[in-house]
Amino acid sequence: MDDTTPAIKARGLVKHYGETRAVDGVDLDIPRGIVFGLLGPNGAGKTTIIRMLATLVTPDSGSAEVLGHDLRDGDAVRSVVSLTGQFASVDEDLTGSENLILLCRLRGFARARARERSAQLLAAFGLEEAAARQVKTYSGGMRRRIDIAASIVVTPEVLFLDEPTTGLDPRSRNQVWSIIRALVAAGTTVLLTTQYLDEADQLADQIAVIEHGKVIALGTSGELKASVGSGSLTVRLVNAEDRPAALELLARELDIDVETSTDPVALVARGVQPDAAAAALGELARVGIATSDFAHGQPSLDEVFLALTGRPTSSSDDHSHAEVPA
Amino acid sequence: MTMTPEAPISALVIDDAFRDTITLRERPPQPGPIAVSLTFGWRALLKIKHVPEQLFDVTAFPIMTTLMFTYLFGGALAGSTAEYLDFLLPGILAQTIVLITMYSGMGMRLDIEKGVFDRFRSTPVWQPGVLVGMLLGDLVRYLLASTMVFGLGLILGFRPDGGVLGVLAAIGLVLAFAFSLSWVWLLVGLYARTAQSVMGISMMVLFPLTFISSVFVDPTTMPDPLEWAVDRNPITFLADGSRALMQGDPVGNTVTVVLLSCIGLVAVFGPLTMRRFRTAS
Repeated sequence: MDDTTPAIKARGLVKHYGETRAVDGVDLDIPRGIVFGLLGPNGAGKTTIIRMLATLVTPDSGSAEVLGHDLRDGDAVRSVVSLTGQFASVDEDLTGSENLILLCRLRGFARARARERSAQLLAAFGLEEAAARQVKTYSGGMRRRIDIAASIVVTPEVLFLDEPTTGLDPRSRNQVWSIIRALVAAGTTVLLTTQYLDEADQLADQIAVIEHGKVIALGTSGELKASVGSGSLTVRLVNAEDRPAALELLARELDIDVETSTDPVALVARGVQPDAAAAALGELARVGIATSDFAHGQPSLDEVFLALTGRPTSSSDDHSHAEVPA
Repeated sequence: MTMTPEAPISALVIDDAFRDTITLRERPPQPGPIAVSLTFGWRALLKIKHVPEQLFDVTAFPIMTTLMFTYLFGGALAGSTAEYLDFLLPGILAQTIVLITMYSGMGMRLDIEKGVFDRFRSTPVWQPGVLVGMLLGDLVRYLLASTMVFGLGLILGFRPDGGVLGVLAAIGLVLAFAFSLSWVWLLVGLYARTAQSVMGISMMVLFPLTFISSVFVDPTTMPDPLEWAVDRNPITFLADGSRALMQGDPVGNTVTVVLLSCIGLVAVFGPLTMRRFRTAS
């Protein structure tokens, strides 16, 4: 392996579960030392992709190399990767300390060294006080930190994180982001899955948008957002009867289609630049149409999907569809 | 216990010490198969320590069967319970331990459902060690159950002529067979949809297997077709071997047949189980 060997190179990965093509021909080229985000809704195939790359699931067809090791050479791949699954990636019945010692022993540390390494990790992750408690008593944020600590008893070359912040409160989420940034700064390549555009935006150097087992877009978060146009402008009026006039004015000012929503006082325009939004709002005020509130934000995952696929993420055949935060 | 997430959470500091901790490039040599199996065995013992309730079934069941069958059949079959014990106890030891092997498959199933196996399966260790370690933990449970049965036997008046060595050899033989047979339940556990169905399937096999044997009565008293089946049941060899070892009688071919069964079971079900373990997702 030389410095130009990519962290991950996948060609035509396919995995069926019954009739469903969970992963439907995925190619990936992930350079080393970056955070690569797989972005998509529940059931898009993100988890199956990383489970294949971590040798937990055998692809039906296609091939992949992790740091030059073919997936068929399982032990070679496993010696350079580490996986933090979305659920239960440590043993809940054991204490935090026992879990880490167990994993250290499995990676060949002698007994005393395993204990020392475990204590070092627990201290670094702020879990010293919880070291002797069973993991099932941990809070969500502590749980996620022990999960990640368990993945780096030996610092992996490539770390897979499956939805590392789903279900976490904002503070815990920020801590997980800090840990991920520190790991990448130290040279680990991170492949994470997420349903959140802002997470991909904050963390990922490159993003692949996944839908129905396919990569439907690839690029930096800036490129993805540019492909959608900028954010959407939502305006809520004081009086519902002003809406037709406001719609006409905004459409003219923004030179764009403006949509009404089910809210009788709301109007939505997608792909609006901030300065254009400000000007249009000024025009509304000038003609005397009162607004109760307005918002201009980065495109939501929904909007990215809408722009990329022409349909929203909540397709009728996707029963596991989850909430998509703006 | 109450959760106290506040204090520890604020203690996460991303400083140089943190960065040093998360970048460990040390790569000790990977441990060999025995070390890996023992490490997973240690995990099984830790689970027993933290969840001691899991010992209830393996201890209550042997006590129940030993008492029940000694007093149920003793008077009728051997004239007295004390005399029947000499015949029954080595056999009931075999039957009890064989019956509780079904908890291996169920326990593994529950363990796998909790999900931590993804971690083990993505670690570069000798993969069968994961399951061998679980069975090592089960061996501790079987040993405990054996001790209970034997101890109860002593209290009830069982006096083995084979001495300490004979008793230990008999228990060793039973444990070897239980370990080997457990691979069957691990395989069933990997295919079954639920832990309950693992239990159902193993009961369906184990009940006839252990009762249609020489555990309770001498096969020569049975109708010919039944005697034919009993004479070919590995549990018969196990019960007869255990009895001979405990009583200091000649073991004949029993021990050889049992050990060959063990090798056969592991040779067939070990690889099948490992294959399924690798591919099940």
